[in-house]
Amino acid sequence: MELLSGGEIVIRALKDAGIKNVWGYPGGAALHIYDALYRQDEVRHLLVRHEQAAVHAADGYSRATGKVGTALVTSGPGATNAITGIATAYMDSIPLVVISGQVPLTKIGQDAFQETDMVGVSRPIVKHSFLVTRAEDIAATIAKAYYIAGTGRPGPVVVDIPKDVTDPSYKVPYAYPSDVKMRSYQPTTKGHRGQIKRAVKTLLAAKRPIIYAGGGVVIDNASEKLIELAQALNYPVTNTLMGLGCYPGTDRQYLGMLGMHGTYEANTAMHHADVIFAIGARFDDRVTNDLEKFCPHATIIHVDVDPTSVSKNIEAHIPIVGTCNAVLSEMMAIYQEMGLSPDSAALAEWWIQLDQWRADQGIYTASRYEESSGNCIKPQDVIKMLYKVTNGKAIVTSDVGQHQMFAAQYYLFDKPRTWINSGGLGTMGFGLPAAMGCKLAFPDTDVACVTGEGSIQMNIQELSTCTQHNLPVKIINLNNAALGMVRQWQDMNYSSRYSESVYEESLPDFVKLAEAYGHVGMKITHIDELEEKMRECFAMKDRVVFMDIDIDRSEHVYPMQMPGGSMRDLWLNKTERT
Amino acid sequence: MKRIISILLENEAGALSRVVGLFAQRGYNIDTLTVAPTDDDTLSRLTLTTQGDDHMAEQIVKQLHKLIDTIKVVDLTVGAHIERELMLVKMKATDKDIRTELKSCVEIFRGHVIDVTPTTYTVQLTGDSHKLDAFIEAVREMGIMEVVRSGVSGISRGDKFLRV
Ligand SMILES: Cc1ncc(C[n+]2csc(CCOP(=O)(O)OP(=O)(O)O)c2C)c(N)n1
Ligand SMILES: [Mg+2]
Repeated sequence: MELLSGGEIVIRALKDAGIKNVWGYPGGAALHIYDALYRQDEVRHLLVRHEQAAVHAADGYSRATGKVGTALVTSGPGATNAITGIATAYMDSIPLVVISGQVPLTKIGQDAFQETDMVGVSRPIVKHSFLVTRAEDIAATIAKAYYIAGTGRPGPVVVDIPKDVTDPSYKVPYAYPSDVKMRSYQPTTKGHRGQIKRAVKTLLAAKRPIIYAGGGVVIDNASEKLIELAQALNYPVTNTLMGLGCYPGTDRQYLGMLGMHGTYEANTAMHHADVIFAIGARFDDRVTNDLEKFCPHATIIHVDVDPTSVSKNIEAHIPIVGTCNAVLSEMMAIYQEMGLSPDSAALAEWWIQLDQWRADQGIYTASRYEESSGNCIKPQDVIKMLYKVTNGKAIVTSDVGQHQMFAAQYYLFDKPRTWINSGGLGTMGFGLPAAMGCKLAFPDTDVACVTGEGSIQMNIQELSTCTQHNLPVKIINLNNAALGMVRQWQDMNYSSRYSESVYEESLPDFVKLAEAYGHVGMKITHIDELEEKMRECFAMKDRVVFMDIDIDRSEHVYPMQMPGGSMRDLWLNKTERT
Repeated sequence: MKRIISILLENEAGALSRVVGLFAQRGYNIDTLTVAPTDDDTLSRLTLTTQGDDHMAEQIVKQLHKLIDTIKVVDLTVGAHIERELMLVKMKATDKDIRTELKSCVEIFRGHVIDVTPTTYTVQLTGDSHKLDAFIEAVREMGIMEVVRSGVSGISRGDKFLRV
C-alpha cells in the first residue's frame, strides 16, 4: 500500500471522493494540507478573500449542481469566519464538507495561538462533525463526511484536523474506503406504502386541492416527478421561496410563491384549500403566518425525508417520511393502479375560482405596482428586464432584502437549481460568492447576482476572487440607498423612524469600485437606458459587469402577510389590504 | 408529564455533548441524565428524564434519533418500564435517638447505612424517584448534610430490549 502523510491523505481522499473544486483560504494549522495541495493538480483550489465566501461559494456550487460542495479553512479565525456560511447551508439543507485545520493535538485545550473549539462552536449548525486524531483515520472520516453530508436530509459536515495529524514526516498506508456503512446512520428513503395509498385517496377526493412544494423537491431532484403528478391531476401548485423552479414558473397550474411575500392567489388558495399536499416543505413561520389561523379547512398530507420536520409546526393528518422522489413515484404508480380520477366538476369550479383570484390580484396578471417612468425605476421592472434579457434561462443568485423578494416574485423560474438564495438563515453577503460557485459549475450559463447596495458590501471583496479565477458573473445591484427591507418594516411598524437603515452620503461609487477590481461598471439612472445597458452587460460574456441601478427608494414589497393573521390576510400595497 | 428517554449511542468523542446540546438548542430541559458504556464498550446507554406533552416527547425522540451517533431511542414512559435511581445521603447523626430513628427509617425504605462516623451516617438507597423523594421528606427534619442522586436509569419490562 502507498504511504502518504496526513496532509497528502486529505487531498487524495478529496480526489477519491470525486471532488474537483475546493474553495478555501490558508493559514498556519492548514499549511501541511496546503503544501500537499500544491504538489498535485487533480483537485483545484480557489482562493477566496474571506472564509465566509469560501463556504458560500461551495454552497452555491452545491445548490446549482446537486453535488456536495467543499471548503478548506485554517483554525481559529479561519474556522470562525466560516461559521456564517455553515449556518446558511445548514438552514437550507445544503450538503457541504468543511475541512478546518486545528492546532496540534498536543496543544488542544491550552488556549494555543489560533485555537478555537471548532467542533464545539459549529455543533448546533452542522449535520455532523469530526475531530480527526490520527492520520490513519483521515481517509475513512472524509469518506463518511461526504456520505453523511449528501444523503438523507443533506447538510454541512465539519472535519476538524489538528496540524500534527497532517505532519509530512509521518506517513501511513493510504486506502480510501470503497463503501461507507454506519450502523447509527441509515437515512430513510421509501415512504410507508399504506400511508401513501391513503394520501393518494385523500388527494383524489379533494374538491379544492393545492400542492405546496418546497426546497426538498429541488434537493432530491424530484422536480420531474412532481410535474408529472401535478399535471396528471391538473392540481394547482405553489412553491416556497426555497422551492422556486421545482415547478415551472410559467406553467398555467402555477400560482406563484406562497408565504410572507407570496402571491395573493397562492396564499388565498392555501387558506381555502380542503387538501394540502405538502412535499419537501416544512411549514416555516415565513409561510404559515399565525399557526392558529393556518388553513382552517385543510386535510394535510406531509411528505418529508426528515421525520423531525413532519408535524413539527403543523400536525399532519397523513404524515409520510421518505424522499420526494420515492414517494412521488409511488404515488404515481398507486394513482395509475387505482384507476380513479380527481373530482372533475369540483376541480373545474376550483379553477374558475383560482383564475378569478389571479385576474383580480395576480402577481403576473394584474398591475401590482406603478410602472417605471423616467428616473423612477421600479425594482420589479428591473427583474422583469433581467428575465427578458436572459430569456428566463439565467442562474439567479440573490442576497437578502427587498431585492431578493422582487427577484423571487418576478423572475419566473422554470427549472430547479436556477434560483439560489439563502432562505432559512437570510444571510446578506451570500449572493456574490454563491454566484461564483454557480459560474464555476456552469461557465456557459448566465449567472446573475441580484443584490442591494447593503448586501453586496458584505462580501464585496470577492470581486477580486472573480478576477483571479475568471468567474464572469453579472451583478445586478438594486440600489435604493438604504437597507430597504429594514426601512420597509420601519415604515410599517415604526412610523418611518429610519433607525440606522440609511448611509447618508457614504456609499461608494460602485462603477469605480468595479473598475478598481478590473471589471466593468455601469450606472443606470433612467428607465429608457435599462434594456440596452443590460443587453450590453450580458453580451460581455467573459467580463464581470457590475450594474448599479438607481431604483425607486420608496418602493415596498407586496403582497405582505399581516402579522398575527391567516395566510390570506395580506397588505396588497401601501394602503389596501384583503 | 415526566418522560424517561433511553438512548443507545455510539461511544464516540462528542456524542454526549451533541445530546446535551440538542436539548439546550431546542429549549427542552434535562431533569436527570445518566450515561455509561454498555457490555459492548463501543456503545453507551444514556437515560434522561424531561418534562413534556406527547407532541414534545415525539419531537424530542425524533430529534435525538436524527443525531448521527444515535442508534436507538425510546420513550420508556410510553410502555411498561422499570426506573431506578441510586441515592447517597449523608446525615447528621450525633444524637442517639436520631441514630435509632434514622436506622428504622432506612430499614423501612430498604436502604443501607454504608458509612458511619461518630457524627454522621451515610445512607444508600435505590428505587424510583418517588421513593427517593419520600425518603428525603421522611428524614429532612433529622438533618441532611448532603444528597447525591445518580439520576434515573430505565429499562422496559418484558421481552422488549434496546440493542444493536
Ligand atoms: C448578515 C445580515 N445582517 C442583517 C440582516 C437583516 N437584514 C435583512 S434585509 C436587510 C437590508 C438589506 O439591504 P440591501 O441589501 O440594500 O437590500 P434591500 O432590502 O435594500 O433591497 C437587513 C439589514 C441580514 N439579513 N443579514
Ligand atoms: Mg438597499
